[in-house]
Amino acid sequence: MRDPTPTATKVGRGAGWTRLIDNERWLWPVMLAPAVLYIVALVGFPFFLSIYYSLSNATVGSRELSFVGLENFHRIIASRTFWVALENTLIFTAVSQALVLVLANVLALALSVDFRGKWLVRLLILLPWVAPISLGSIGWLWIFDSIYSVINWTGRAVGIFPPGFWPIWLGQPYLAMASIIIVQVWRLLPLATVIILAGLSSIPHDINDAAEVDGAGFWRRLFEITLPLVMPVALVALLFGIIFTFTDLIVVFVLTRGGPYDTTQVLASWAYFTGIQGGDLAGGAAISLFLFPVLAAVAILFLRFARRAEVV
Amino acid sequence: MATVEARHLVKSFDGLRAVDGIDLLAHEGEFLVLLGPSGCGKTTLMRMIAGLERPTAGDIVIDGNIVTDRPPRARNIAMVFQSYALYPHLTVKRNISFPLRAVRMPKNEIARRVDWASRMFGIERFLDRKPRQLSGGERQRVALARAVVREPAVFLLDEPLSNLDAKLRNSAREELKQFQRKLATTTIYVTHDQAEAMGLGDRIAVLERGKVRQVGTPQDIYTRPVDTFVATFIGSPPMNLIDDGASGVIGFRPEAFLPRGIEGGDDHVVFPFRINRIEYLGAERLVYGVIEGRDPGTIVIAKMPTNIRTAIAAGERHEFAVRRRDIERFDRTSGQRLDKGGR
Repeated sequence: MRDPTPTATKVGRGAGWTRLIDNERWLWPVMLAPAVLYIVALVGFPFFLSIYYSLSNATVGSRELSFVGLENFHRIIASRTFWVALENTLIFTAVSQALVLVLANVLALALSVDFRGKWLVRLLILLPWVAPISLGSIGWLWIFDSIYSVINWTGRAVGIFPPGFWPIWLGQPYLAMASIIIVQVWRLLPLATVIILAGLSSIPHDINDAAEVDGAGFWRRLFEITLPLVMPVALVALLFGIIFTFTDLIVVFVLTRGGPYDTTQVLASWAYFTGIQGGDLAGGAAISLFLFPVLAAVAILFLRFARRAEVV
Repeated sequence: MATVEARHLVKSFDGLRAVDGIDLLAHEGEFLVLLGPSGCGKTTLMRMIAGLERPTAGDIVIDGNIVTDRPPRARNIAMVFQSYALYPHLTVKRNISFPLRAVRMPKNEIARRVDWASRMFGIERFLDRKPRQLSGGERQRVALARAVVREPAVFLLDEPLSNLDAKLRNSAREELKQFQRKLATTTIYVTHDQAEAMGLGDRIAVLERGKVRQVGTPQDIYTRPVDTFVATFIGSPPMNLIDDGASGVIGFRPEAFLPRGIEGGDDHVVFPFRINRIEYLGAERLVYGVIEGRDPGTIVIAKMPTNIRTAIAAGERHEFAVRRRDIERFDRTSGQRLDKGGR
């Protein structure tokens, strides 16, 4: 740092570039700038804008803004839909993530064993993650269609569904919730599987061998060795899933639009319908801010687990 | 205590024979060392004995029972891995008690055994720590305690000392030998380090390319190697081999090759020795050179204790001699030792 010249004098012309690139004082801000810019423009600015809106009476149609304090929040908490949406969000997140955690562990364990055509199975499992979410959801829209549902027709053809039994997947309250949970699990399973698979393959073979020689059968090895060792990594996958699910509205938007009777309305979709489609920007902003404390808590947990995983 | 036997054991990986027809017997209470260069199949052989690897052909017999088709847990063996393979998320205490919990031993019996094993290896202080909080030597002791705790019929040790630093390795070797004597449990020990093998083994099996070259006591292996491979693999520096014209190859140990007249008696073979280089190693001098009138490409090494003060220097020519009884003869093509008559 104190004396950067000796090499430069020898190299002469053309060294200007090299020196600039090698100069750490300039290099790190330049490297960080895109990320910082991205966060400020697409996360920070909207975040503060929504705080500002939530304290005002902003609407889509009006250019005038006036400060109304916490009135929007009072209004929302007083609304029955808010409590329904909050409950739905929690159920949607908890059930889908519990399923993802269990299924991803099972899948990852199955994929960690060597067998023929493993790469093909891995590729197929990754596909839902690679496919655009809205495209996938539209596919599911047809699968759950009230008239053309593949599930119903197959069920009838095979004889599992008795005559007169014709579930309207997206139109009946409990079935609609089950449907969006299934699609969310389908979406997030690949990522969780890949993360857990990476965790599994980082466990040294010797440890499994040692447990086997020490007399542990499959289940004891699974519950006392493999799962505890993969847990820090699995928790990272879980926290990812929680954040994705909590803030996501695409599945709900495409499949049910929150219906029937708000039984699948989640906070994110309700914020969208209120703020963008309903034109009540202030209300939408206030709703979306309810997500913030939960996500902040999750993010803190996230960072703590990440640090613990580093230490091990 | 038990005997361990490999019968015509073969293991192929993708057509490559890692273990190529091995017959080997470890006696009750014996310390048997499997010694060989890396890739000789010694670890594969041990893993088959443990049940972690399935033989392609042949059988493993423990205490008279064929166990080839049994899983590791039905073999009553304990294994110490090169990496120690401690369970990183469990405390030392739970690491040691793991094999006991696996067989659902009563709690108070587990506590008694863990206490006994941890005392034996002097690790009582660390029982509540996690493996990552221990030094290499301490981890190795925990691994040994975990192996000992359920009093298995056989110990399998896979280079358990190779991750220790040189100084610690010597003391650990000594301790290991004492524990084994005390427990009198049949032990099979894999290593590529001949000093370890010589120091620890009741008998040594020298392996190369999936085959057993020689089985014998350390002294047997050193003084009467069955072929040129064993002759040059054991000993540091290895045995000198020189072409002897029609009669094949003759070999002698560097320490048997000394300036003429140092040792009494008259039954010596004298060689004119041209010295290229001398290494001074404190307790001894290693003298590198060639024997005149022989293949000039064959470097011959003499190992002279420093108390032999004969003045020699690089570039000089001296007469060196070997006692006739210290000379081994080998067949040139097969490498097998040719037995001398009358011995």
